[in-house]
Amino acid sequence: MQRAGFFVYAAHYVCHTQCMMYTESPVLELAGVSKGYGGEPVLRGLDLSLGRGVHALLGPNGAGKTTLINILTTLVPHDSGTVRVLGLDPATQAGRIRHRISVTGQFAAVDEVLTGRENLVLMGRLLGLRPAAARARADELLERFEIATAGGRRVATYSGGMRRRLDLAISLIWPPEVLFLDEPTTGLDTRSRIALWDQIRTLAAEGTSVFLTTQYLEEADQLAEQITVLDGGRIVAQGSAGHLKSLVGGAFLRVLDGSGTVVQEVATDGSAADLARVSAEVAATAPGLRVELRQPTLDDAFLHLTGHRAHPTEDSADRPDDNAPHGLEVAR
Amino acid sequence: MSAPPTTPTRPPTDRTPSPAPGSGILTASAAFVGRATRHSLRDVEALLMAVVLPLMLMLVFTYVFGGAISPSGDYLDYVVPGIVLTCAGFGAASTAVGVAQDMTTGTINRLRTMPVPSGTVLVGHVVASLARNLLATAVVVLAAVLIGFRPAAGALEWLAVVALLGLYILAITTVFAMLGLLAHSPEAASGYGFVLLFLPYASSAFVPVATMPSWLHGFAEHQPITPVIEATRALLAGSPPGGHALVAILWCFGIIAVAAALTAYVFPRRVAR
Repeated sequence: MQRAGFFVYAAHYVCHTQCMMYTESPVLELAGVSKGYGGEPVLRGLDLSLGRGVHALLGPNGAGKTTLINILTTLVPHDSGTVRVLGLDPATQAGRIRHRISVTGQFAAVDEVLTGRENLVLMGRLLGLRPAAARARADELLERFEIATAGGRRVATYSGGMRRRLDLAISLIWPPEVLFLDEPTTGLDTRSRIALWDQIRTLAAEGTSVFLTTQYLEEADQLAEQITVLDGGRIVAQGSAGHLKSLVGGAFLRVLDGSGTVVQEVATDGSAADLARVSAEVAATAPGLRVELRQPTLDDAFLHLTGHRAHPTEDSADRPDDNAPHGLEVAR
Repeated sequence: MSAPPTTPTRPPTDRTPSPAPGSGILTASAAFVGRATRHSLRDVEALLMAVVLPLMLMLVFTYVFGGAISPSGDYLDYVVPGIVLTCAGFGAASTAVGVAQDMTTGTINRLRTMPVPSGTVLVGHVVASLARNLLATAVVVLAAVLIGFRPAAGALEWLAVVALLGLYILAITTVFAMLGLLAHSPEAASGYGFVLLFLPYASSAFVPVATMPSWLHGFAEHQPITPVIEATRALLAGSPPGGHALVAILWCFGIIAVAAALTAYVFPRRVAR
C-alpha cells in the first residue's frame, strides 16, 4: 500500500512539474511593439516571447535597448502593440509588475551621500522589510557582494565596480522574478566584469529570470541561453549563441605571414572544397604564407546580420575577449 | 528574422520568488525624510551656507547700510524679519538641487520601478528643508538678539511667528521642489532658485515700500513676501498683525496648492530617457 502510494505520488509529481513546464506563461511577451520619441521611431514592431532563464538583448548604441527596458519596467508607455511582463500589461497593471521585478539601470542609481549599508537599508524599508530585517538583509548582501568592509563608507568613495555591485545588491534585497539589467558591465574592468557575471549566474541558478542588454558579444555569449539581436529598432535575429554563429556559415580561414601576424581573414562556407579553393588562392598571392581555421564568433554573426560591428572600435581595447580581429578586412 | 531554435528550458524551480510587499505612503515618507535629513546634515557646506549667509546679510544690513538707511539706529528691529525670510529662501533653494539630482542620477526612475509611492521622495526633501530652515532661522534670530534686537513679542506671538514662518518656508520649498523637477540639471535648478531669491529685495523686507520708485509700489505691496514680512514684523513688535496675517496665510496656501498641483502633474510625466 505504501509503495502504491509512493508511485501515485511520484506520477502526480512528474505530471505536476511537466504541466508547470508547458502551461507557464512567458516571462516577457511583445507583439508588434513600437515606440518613438518626437516622431523619430526607436522601436519598430518588435515581436518577442521569452520564457524563464537568462536572455540577452544585444545591440549597438542607439539600437533601442534602453527604450525597451524602460517599457518593460513600466517607466515609459509604448506607442502601439502589446506588452506583457509576467502576463501583466504595463499600461494598466504597472503596480502589480513592480512588486515582482527589479531593475539595475545603465548608470548606478545609488545614493552617493549615504553609505553602502544605508542605501541597502533604505531600499529594504521601501520594499517592505521591517527595520531590523532590512539591516540584517543589508549586512547579508554586503557580504555576498564583497563590499562588507566598505559598508560604512559613503558611496561617493566607491569605485565603479563597487557601485555596480551595490546597485545589483539593491536589486536583490527582495529577490525578483525578473531582473532587468541595462548594460550591467559597461565601463567596468575585466576583473569586475567577471565577478559580476558570476553573481548573475548565481542569481539565475536561484530561479530569477534575467533580461540584460549589452553591446558586448562576449557577455551575451557567456551569460545568455537566448540572445536577441536588436539593430535600428528591429529584431534582426534570435536564438542561442551557437545558432547565431551558425548563421555566418562556415569557418574563417586566417592567413598568417612568416612572423605569425594575421594578414587576412577569409570567410568560407566550411566545405573542404571551398577551403581548398581559398587556400590555393591565398598561396598564389605570396610565398611563405600559412593558414589556420577560426570558428565564427558572435562578433562575426553580428557583422553578418547587421552589416556593422556591435560596438565602436575604441571600445575593443577594454573588451574581455579581443580575439576578433578589428580593422582587418573580412572578404567574402 | 530567422526562426529561433528551441533551446531546452531549465527545469522549473519550485522557488519562484514571492512578490515584494512594498511600502505605503507613511513608511515611504518616513524613510525619505530620514534620507533627506542625512543629506542635509552631511552636506556641511550647504548647511553652513544656509546659516552663515543670512548672518552675513544681517550684519551687512545693520552695520554697513543700517546707518544710511536709518540714522536713528532702530533699523535692526525693522530688518530682522526681512533677513529671516530671505534666509528661508536660501535654505529652500537647495531643495531644487536635491530634487534635480534625484531626477538626473536615476534615483527617481529606480523608485518608479519599485512597489513604492515614488512621489514621497519629494515629501522627504520638503520636510528636511523645513527643518533646515527653521534651524537657520533660529540661529539668525538668536544672533539678532545678541547684537541688540529686542522683540516685544509674547509667547503667543512667538508661536504665531513660528507657525507663519513654517508656512512660508513650506510654500517656498514646494515651489523649489517643483523647479527641481522641471530643471534639466542640478546646476540649472540652482539657477532658477537665484531668481526667486531677489523677491525679498522688492518687498518691504529691507526698506519701506514708500521709499521705492512709484512704478515698483504696485508689485512690492502686492507680492506675497510683503504681507508675510509685515505680519512677522507686527508680531515680533508685539502688536496685532491685522489683515497682513490673513493675506500672508492665503498667499502661502495658494502657492502650496498651485505648486503641489503642478508637481503632481509633472512628476509622473517626467522620466529621464
